Amino acid sequence: MTVAASALTENPAGATRPEVDDLRLGIVGAGKLGTTLARAALAAGYDVAISGSGPADDIALTIEVLAAGARAATTDEVARHADIIVLAVPTHRFRELPRDLFAGKILVDAMNYWEPVDGDDPELTAAPDGTSVIVRDHFPSARLVKSLNQLGYHELEENRHPRGAPDRIAIGAAGDDRLAVRKVMRLLDRLGFDPIDAGPLTNGTVLEPDGSPIATTYTADQLTKLLSR
Amino acid sequence: MPSLEFGLDTFLPVTVDQDGLPVSGDQVIRNTVEEAVLAEAVGIDSFNIGEHYRTEFMDSAGHVILAAIASRTERIRLGTAVTVLSTQDPVRLYTDYATLDAVSNGRGQLIVGRGSLTDSFPLFGFDLADYEELFEEKLDLLVRLLREQPVTWSGNFRSALSNQFVSPPIPKGHIPTWVGVGGSPQSVVRAARFGLPLMLAIIAGRPERFAPYVELYKRALEQHGQTELPIGVHSLGFVAETDDEALKIQWPYYKEQFEWAARERGWRPPTYEQFLAEVDHGSMYVGSPETVAHRIAATMHALSLSRFDLLYAVGRVPHDQRMATIGLYGREVIPRVRELLAAADEADRAPAAGVRT
Repeated sequence: MTVAASALTENPAGATRPEVDDLRLGIVGAGKLGTTLARAALAAGYDVAISGSGPADDIALTIEVLAAGARAATTDEVARHADIIVLAVPTHRFRELPRDLFAGKILVDAMNYWEPVDGDDPELTAAPDGTSVIVRDHFPSARLVKSLNQLGYHELEENRHPRGAPDRIAIGAAGDDRLAVRKVMRLLDRLGFDPIDAGPLTNGTVLEPDGSPIATTYTADQLTKLLSR
Repeated sequence: MPSLEFGLDTFLPVTVDQDGLPVSGDQVIRNTVEEAVLAEAVGIDSFNIGEHYRTEFMDSAGHVILAAIASRTERIRLGTAVTVLSTQDPVRLYTDYATLDAVSNGRGQLIVGRGSLTDSFPLFGFDLADYEELFEEKLDLLVRLLREQPVTWSGNFRSALSNQFVSPPIPKGHIPTWVGVGGSPQSVVRAARFGLPLMLAIIAGRPERFAPYVELYKRALEQHGQTELPIGVHSLGFVAETDDEALKIQWPYYKEQFEWAARERGWRPPTYEQFLAEVDHGSMYVGSPETVAHRIAATMHALSLSRFDLLYAVGRVPHDQRMATIGLYGREVIPRVRELLAAADEADRAPAAGVRT
């Protein structure tokens, strides 16, 4: 197991020992976003497994060229690989995944629902508490956190900076499982972004299309201000 | 150096006149024919029309417009950018473009893709859930019709063909068909698997970041036992006499266009600083002929491209200014890009020559 002492020393028990992070990450979806995140995670020292919609062989060459060092796998294998799994499939397809596939796992919903792209989906269009609540209800046994949906894939690629860099940008994370949110925030920090706690999952609406922070490169201060409005 | 192709792409945006009032759709279509005639006169290699089904674009039946252009021109290649193949019937697409190829004396070409907008799915009664499968199946049938007839074929989304000839026949190798890709790795691999040339649509960000996709394409061609095939890029731009003039004319229309897209997709509208960043090192080719030529040559060199298509004049830019851009692109930008690329090629070879002495 790959582990590293987290630079964030605070931990939920309030003890003084540094938290130890499990530096493994699973990514479901080997498209633009999935492969971009895989590269970012590899650069941050993660052991990455990634899957497409079919057999691992289908994406083997893609992963070898676009995210060398990540392991092309099946979605079942990805679900077993790590405690944190990023869901980066087209929004109109997440319901094809089994409901208990991510039981007990931290599942990062990095998807956005865009009607012109995803088609008319009445449930996602209505979604009074945000689309991630619908995703959570589909995966009731997963610990759902909404994050990494805010930036276009080329913005994710071009804007990763070490902590303290003046132009470092912020990404929010919203979820009801507070420990899960904290773990995702440490992932964001390692990937090269200032993590911002966006509150409970229903707050995720502000991170969605039509919410203010989408497709923008805000600093932590700016994003915190926007989220507190 | 391989032969280079420089094209123009348009979605036939509903332009405004010099008073800022919208031009009627039928006039936009006739203006576009004039733009293509000028494109040939100034030496541009191809003229390519998109496919959309919305009020701001008049490109829903590009093959009809291309046929009109064919009758007014002799040399310029006539194609699409892109055909939304997922919601087309490949047999009908074949008949349309084989006929275009005939009336244009062999100048038809295609870029086929899944399209970034999905308006055509509900319009023609397709289910977006079949997005992947539709494209795969229709590309398979189209490629068979283009490569060898008669065709025996069956699939899930249309009736089967048995020993079917579809007229008119085309000479071998006619209607070169490229696969348009917006950044999906699987689409890159698919193009290689079908042995079709690759057209990358790069509309934002640094073009150099597509280098891994070029590598993926080349590796996938090898893996599938295909020969080396050309790679092209489609990007947006506007050329005027000076950098300042180009920025001044293009920015308000760019802003307007992207504000609409932002409203529809929930993006933030672009700031002028973001626009300038795109112009400086991103995927907007805006400026004087010299500026635009340098940026196009840099992209083509970095990605080993043999084709570059400019979607000229973003948004409702008036016909006169679209014509001016076409003139400058053909007369000044393209010859200068050819010069710059020849010099870059020579520079690439220079170290080897140095070793010999």
